[in-house]
Amino acid sequence: MTDVTTLDAPAGTRTAASPGLVDGPRGAKPKRAISPRNIMIYGTLLLVSVYYLLPLYVMIVTSLKGMPEIRLGNIFAPPVEVTFEPWVKAWATACTGLNCEGLSRGFWNSVRITVPSVVLSIAIASVNGYALANWRFKGADVFFTILIFGAFIPYQVMLYPIVILLRELGIYGTLWGLILVHTIFGMPILTLLFRNYFTSVPEELFKAARVDGAGFWGIYFKIMLPMSLPIFVVAMIIQITGVWNDFLFGVVYTKPDVYPMTVQLNNIVNSVQGVKEYNVNMAATIITGLVPLIVYFVSGKLFVRGIAAGAVKG
Amino acid sequence: MTSVSIRDLTLKFGSLEVLKSLNLDIDEGEFLVLLGPSGCGKSTLLNCIAGLLDISDGQIFIGGNNVTWAEPSERGIGMVFQSYALYPQMSVEGNLAFGLKNARMPKDEIAKRIARAAEVLQIEPLLQRKPAQLSGGQRQRVAIGRALVRDVDVFLFDEPLSNLDAKLRAELRVEIKRLHHRLKNTMIYVTHDQIEALTLADRIAIMRNGIIQQLDSPHEIYNRPVNLYVAGFMGSPGMNFIEGEISGAGESSFNFASTQIPLSRYPFVRDDRPDKAIFGIRPEHVSCGPAASDEPFSADVEIEVVEPMGADTLVWAVLDGKEFRFRVDGQSPLHAGQTVRIGFDPAKASIFDAARELRL
Repeated sequence: MTDVTTLDAPAGTRTAASPGLVDGPRGAKPKRAISPRNIMIYGTLLLVSVYYLLPLYVMIVTSLKGMPEIRLGNIFAPPVEVTFEPWVKAWATACTGLNCEGLSRGFWNSVRITVPSVVLSIAIASVNGYALANWRFKGADVFFTILIFGAFIPYQVMLYPIVILLRELGIYGTLWGLILVHTIFGMPILTLLFRNYFTSVPEELFKAARVDGAGFWGIYFKIMLPMSLPIFVVAMIIQITGVWNDFLFGVVYTKPDVYPMTVQLNNIVNSVQGVKEYNVNMAATIITGLVPLIVYFVSGKLFVRGIAAGAVKG
Repeated sequence: MTSVSIRDLTLKFGSLEVLKSLNLDIDEGEFLVLLGPSGCGKSTLLNCIAGLLDISDGQIFIGGNNVTWAEPSERGIGMVFQSYALYPQMSVEGNLAFGLKNARMPKDEIAKRIARAAEVLQIEPLLQRKPAQLSGGQRQRVAIGRALVRDVDVFLFDEPLSNLDAKLRAELRVEIKRLHHRLKNTMIYVTHDQIEALTLADRIAIMRNGIIQQLDSPHEIYNRPVNLYVAGFMGSPGMNFIEGEISGAGESSFNFASTQIPLSRYPFVRDDRPDKAIFGIRPEHVSCGPAASDEPFSADVEIEVVEPMGADTLVWAVLDGKEFRFRVDGQSPLHAGQTVRIGFDPAKASIFDAARELRL
């Protein structure tokens, strides 16, 4: 009962009556901007960023210099006289063998390879993933296991058999041959991606659509497709960068007049005749890498959202 | 007339038998609740009726037609799911229209049906919204509307209120009951919540391990459970169970420790008298205080714990060495350590064979 009387006492007396409670910290704990922990974190981040960005810096700087300036050897120095000549040359007039059209031809080849490859592989893989996730057919698990196993077979093993296959199909050395190869090799990882995404879509949604009388394609186009924009963006990024950056398949399965950009870049940079034009090489390399870079920047947010998919609620 | 008939339904996943030769007839306009703990096969049974699961054996009839091999959309059913399962990219109107569009119904008929369903469920102001902009209760209303527009004979509910908070659940429960009075459709409702089952059902089917334990009116199930499992499952707090023996043929009594409970008023349903029996009495059938002495059986108990729950108070006591719970009015001044007199009428009890767990 004594406790109650203490609590009923006026506020002033209460403070005085509790000598153990001295005035001390109150409210939110202050955060110091410069603490050993922050120095460690930001220091490390800064160091790693510099490490990664330095080569890019050298490339850009070099590509903007003229050859006499490059010969001075100060690779980290900014250009004294900025020139865009190397960029123009790399794009329009650089020579590979007898051909002097620059990278532009390779660029358009790459576009003509990438667009159909990406569209085809994503269209097929998304339907694959949807069927595997929602329509449990007989042998689905075996099919899926085989498909995933395909992702782990080294490409080198399959290089020559595919050459024969394409030859028999009559599309060896053509753009469509390469498109077919890209579509097939994109299948395991993309199917896995889509299957996992569609598995995370609540099963009851699929059941509701069936009760509502939608069939295989009805559910795919009207329910699943509109819900899965993020995962399509992820798949597109993976495929665009993968196909665009591919060198091995491009060099093996195509002929010089349909070489993709990467192969052409290699031929420009590694050409043995004449002077090494470092500035042109740097510019050509940046131009080639520009497409994946832009894709990342434009769709970065959606990419993260797609990766974190499943958190998307109805 | 029978609306839904299930004949010898068996469902196996590999070697696991989820439903075992199950038979069930549901009358037209009946509200049947499938009740049981998770994993008892109640949702599985509902999915079989809906045609979302392929059955291993047996037949399913809906409205007199054999729909055993029919697609879900051809069965004349509408279904409401626990997670609402609204199509997130469509507006409420789009959600309601989806099934009708798939059935290639003319546009003006679709509009007419949506207007009617929206009016019944009072969701007219929400028609242009997306599901993400709705509250849980509104979503579930739209989900019911999706079944409503299809103008089907049988409604299937798969734990439709489990995702809602307690207050909303109570509100929507009444609304579903009202809807049933108004539409007079056959409704099959799956839940693990016994309050929902008792309040909504015309008949309750209590399931366990893929077998229906008892199919009866809520009153019968609550008062005359056919076996120990049903008796223990229904009621919260659960029934008191006391193990003991039955003695005497004519003026028989139930004996445990030094207590004798006279059974002359107990309506036996079977003639055999096993040695070991279990006596069950619900906490709410026990009276306490002065009224206790007027009951056919009364005794003194010592109170261990008192749990006030507002409207009433649950008292944990000891009756001749056995734990014994009883429910008293929320205003009673009982406290732990007290000894009080309790009493009950054995006619309200349930006695089970201890070995076979069946009602005696």
